[in-house]
Amino acid sequence: MALLEVKGVSAGYEKELVIEDVTINLNKGEIVGILGLSGSGKTTLFNVISGLLKPDCGEVLLNGEDITAKTGKVSYMLQKDLLLPYKTIMSNVILPMTIKGKSRKEAKKLAAPLFKEFGLEGTEKMYPALLSGGMRQRAAFLRTYLYNCPVALLDEPFSALDALTKASIHEWYVNIMREIDLSVLFITHDIDEAIKLSDRIYILGDKPGKIIKEVIIKPEDVRKKDLLLSDGFLAYKREIMSAISLVSAKDE
Amino acid sequence: MKKTVSRIINNIILPLLGFVLVYFIWDYFAGSDVMPSFMMPSPKKVWEAFLNDRELLFEHATVTLKEAFLGLFIGVLLGFVLAVLMDNFKVIYRILYPLVIVTQTIPTIAIAPLLILWFGYEMKPKIILIVLTTFFPLVINLLEGFKSVDSDYIKLLKSMGAGKLKIFWHIKLPSSLGSFFAGLKIAVAYAIVGGVISEWLGGQKGLGVLMTRMRKSFAYDRMFSIILFVSVISLILMALVVLIKWLVMPWERKKITNE
Repeated sequence: MALLEVKGVSAGYEKELVIEDVTINLNKGEIVGILGLSGSGKTTLFNVISGLLKPDCGEVLLNGEDITAKTGKVSYMLQKDLLLPYKTIMSNVILPMTIKGKSRKEAKKLAAPLFKEFGLEGTEKMYPALLSGGMRQRAAFLRTYLYNCPVALLDEPFSALDALTKASIHEWYVNIMREIDLSVLFITHDIDEAIKLSDRIYILGDKPGKIIKEVIIKPEDVRKKDLLLSDGFLAYKREIMSAISLVSAKDE
Repeated sequence: MKKTVSRIINNIILPLLGFVLVYFIWDYFAGSDVMPSFMMPSPKKVWEAFLNDRELLFEHATVTLKEAFLGLFIGVLLGFVLAVLMDNFKVIYRILYPLVIVTQTIPTIAIAPLLILWFGYEMKPKIILIVLTTFFPLVINLLEGFKSVDSDYIKLLKSMGAGKLKIFWHIKLPSSLGSFFAGLKIAVAYAIVGGVISEWLGGQKGLGVLMTRMRKSFAYDRMFSIILFVSVISLILMALVVLIKWLVMPWERKKITNE
């Protein structure tokens, strides 16, 4: 059984249907990318999985338990880093734990050793405004991790970063996600990024969003240094692009 | 070095220049044919009057300050409660908002005598008047603050499983502190002025009462010293608000220092 199962979910706002009959799953320890053009309903899908939006039909299961429309069951990192400007980095990252009822003291004790691992040493007492974009991103990621949920949803986690920061943080992300054994579903509109980071990719088609293709990335093909120049990489890219262009061609 | 010089010019010299200018114009014309000294005493005379009266002034000021603080305290509390209620319940918002606005269109000076008629010469009518003038900037600023919260922060907290109360405590309240202090700064000045105005119309003690007495005895130098004293008190209290803001909002310190 998969860790997270999304079964036949359709959802939207008011009368407009944004995603239709989406079925995906996530296994333990997997990193799965959701690739789609803007407006294809990626964020809506995440809002359903995180329990913020009640789907019109379908269900979300975590370890077999129905978590449809229940919040607080999966970690969610929204598009912006959304660090609260008036809280120190420490207070920011422990927020999910304190919301769930842990005492600040206990939460701090749990978070403190992770600062080093996440490259945030010495920022505990700083306010977010003093941190660089990359650091803020790491802090947001640490906060997401400290939801202490088995599944993390990352909505375009790298879109706000400049190209150089992105390249260095990609590698760090993959490493740390493996290290902390987090199962991750992440949204991106960057094909290269999707291939580089994922074990599997779902491609979400346009209006209303449906899963049009699933691509499995074999680790031996891509987890090497000159990844972007390798044949395997280009083959994946071609496969994905043709799937996307088929959808867009149908639209026109 | 150059930076410090320009900072001193911009933050200290230029703002003071206006006051210096007014002082010299005042000093030049006071006592001349244009402004005979019985109508407009010179700055020096006003200062002397202040020094002579200072014990009397401080004595009366304690009464006015007491009214102002009590009124302000109740006003802030009322403003806060109203803003929270109006932010959480649309029905309450629709019912109260027009009322809140209308309270501000009623001229304070016009209702002050009525308040005295209803509540007597003691502190009560004065405090009520101050509450009426101070709760408004707080309601409006807090409402604005609550509304301007980025909805993504609320979404984030909801995803953590937070309910309304926790969202209020972690997001809405701290995010609107800036607007709260902006409102408080205005309210503080209103509180002092409101207190003085209500004292004009009757009472045993207070700077407003004293002011009326001086006016009636044509002691304009002494009256002017009270006016300036009131304005200095307001300024000190406003500075105090900025100081409290500085202490309460350490993450904004750079911006606050520029106020």
